[in-house]
Amino acid sequence: MSVLLDISHIDMEFPTPKGPFTALRDVDLKISQGEFVSLIGHSGCGKSTVLNVVAGLYQATRGGVILSGKEVTEPGPERAVVFQNHSLLPWLTAYENVELAVKQVFGKNKSKAEMREWIEHNLDLVHMSHAMHKRPDEISGGMKQRVGIARALAMQPQVLLMDEPFGALDALTRAHMQDSLMEIQAELNNTVIMITHDVDEAVLLSDRIVMMTNGPAATIGEILEVDLERPRHRLELADDPRYNQYRAKVLKFLHERHSKPDVPTKKSTPAKSDAVPAHAGADIKETVDNAA
Amino acid sequence: MNTTTVIATKFSSLKLPHLDATLFSNAMRLVALPVAGILAFLLLWSVTAQNIDTSLGKFPGPAAVMEQFNALYDEHQRSREKERAFYERQEKRNAERVAKDPNYQPKIRAYTGKETFLDQIITSLITVMSGFLLAVAIAIPLGIAIGLSQALNNAINPIIQIFKPVSPLAWLPLVTMVVSALYTSPDPLVAKSFLNSLITVTLCCLWPMVINTAVGVAGIDKDLVNVSKVLRLPALRHVQKIVLPASVPMIFTGMRLSLGVAWMVLIAAEMLAQNPGLGKFVWDEFQNGSSDSLARIMAAVLVIGLIGFLLDRGMLALQKLVSWDKAAN
Repeated sequence: MSVLLDISHIDMEFPTPKGPFTALRDVDLKISQGEFVSLIGHSGCGKSTVLNVVAGLYQATRGGVILSGKEVTEPGPERAVVFQNHSLLPWLTAYENVELAVKQVFGKNKSKAEMREWIEHNLDLVHMSHAMHKRPDEISGGMKQRVGIARALAMQPQVLLMDEPFGALDALTRAHMQDSLMEIQAELNNTVIMITHDVDEAVLLSDRIVMMTNGPAATIGEILEVDLERPRHRLELADDPRYNQYRAKVLKFLHERHSKPDVPTKKSTPAKSDAVPAHAGADIKETVDNAA
Repeated sequence: MNTTTVIATKFSSLKLPHLDATLFSNAMRLVALPVAGILAFLLLWSVTAQNIDTSLGKFPGPAAVMEQFNALYDEHQRSREKERAFYERQEKRNAERVAKDPNYQPKIRAYTGKETFLDQIITSLITVMSGFLLAVAIAIPLGIAIGLSQALNNAINPIIQIFKPVSPLAWLPLVTMVVSALYTSPDPLVAKSFLNSLITVTLCCLWPMVINTAVGVAGIDKDLVNVSKVLRLPALRHVQKIVLPASVPMIFTGMRLSLGVAWMVLIAAEMLAQNPGLGKFVWDEFQNGSSDSLARIMAAVLVIGLIGFLLDRGMLALQKLVSWDKAAN
């Protein structure tokens, strides 16, 4: 398969009052059409920064991102993002949230009836047809995330970028959403980059797991090919020795080779670490906010 | 008060301790306590009033004020009666003259009686709403621009901070002179005094709206802004689809603050500049110095307070109607 997305030797530095902070150094990754890639690593290792550079929300200090032969210089709907906290507009219904995206992307090419059909099709894909005229505050966290995914899918992106899409959900809902995502990916053959904290999620969903070292100057530590045939079923895989081997490899990487010596409690609940801003360290985020 | 007590007694005799307790506590909270507060205030007021002697007699207690409310209403009725009679006479006279001389062009003169208390209230309400709406038209676009652009914020913020605390009384002479100099139409659309009040109100109630709108716009959830970027929404659509709805709750907070300021400023401006309205009513009564004056001023004070309260409730109702954020209170 040919390379669709080339993340080419990117460095990312953030200016701080104490001088530049190097969040990423020489991150280099090539992703093929239809591939599902997970980025995994500890909080603050720069996973989200990689995603934001691919999304075009950050500009890499050195290196660049090339999508189907064109360099990425700004955000755009061909690189749709599913944000961690759904980011639906709270004043619009599920339908209207998807509609905003569809109108913007297909407003010139599709008729009103076609757009309507396309919006409904995408909401159907994430099993949200029954609640499409409800507003975000009237539906559960899992449902909001479904609508967020429908909105991203409706843009027909070349790459779907997911920033810990299920991190804020409870374990049962998360499992359900993972199954849904696998179904959708099997149907549409999307190219996906997903950030996750969850080792099981990474092994279950991915073709490749990209394990990142800890920041500052984080980079790719190891890449694990997950050679499990699809469709994958979590219950069957639970007893599969290969699955457990993959799992162990990722765990080993995270806990032995690159656990932070100064933060020995890293093996605590993922829910807690989810709350930490996952890009570039908390102090960086603060200075960025203050400057804004 | 009486009915609540009756209901409460009835329920306590029904031997439903739980239901009885909640009903009773609700009745207490919503009716009995506010009523008790008002009664205590009236008592305190009348006792204190009896002990204050002014050059215009005793300070008016609740009873005297109530009496003046009735008197003001009667005056209003009589004045309306006079007005009706005036127009009737005029019409009759004109009809007679036309009957005598078919070529006569009948002259219609407006009634020029003294404005009643109710007329003053209406004048004040029209003025405050006009000044407020003008301020809205300026403040919200300005606030959005400041909220979106850090550079503009840096440029304009010092000006806002300096003008925000300025009292209306300081603006008024300047506004009066400028209006007199620039507004010299021989056939004016609106009175100069109306313009003076309006502009003073606008100048004073602009700032809370500008500041709140700017803060609301600047504080939009970063993720929502990123959604807009990923969708590549053009600037105008970004404002229309993301910025405006997201900052509606803050805009309304600013509007409510501003309307409160506008109402306070208006009364002061009317008093000082002799512009028609409730403020002028208060000033006229003060100058009048009759034995009823203080009671009439007190009546005006209560009406001013009540209208201020209703304006705020009105804004809140509008916010609940318009805003997606139903948590407002």
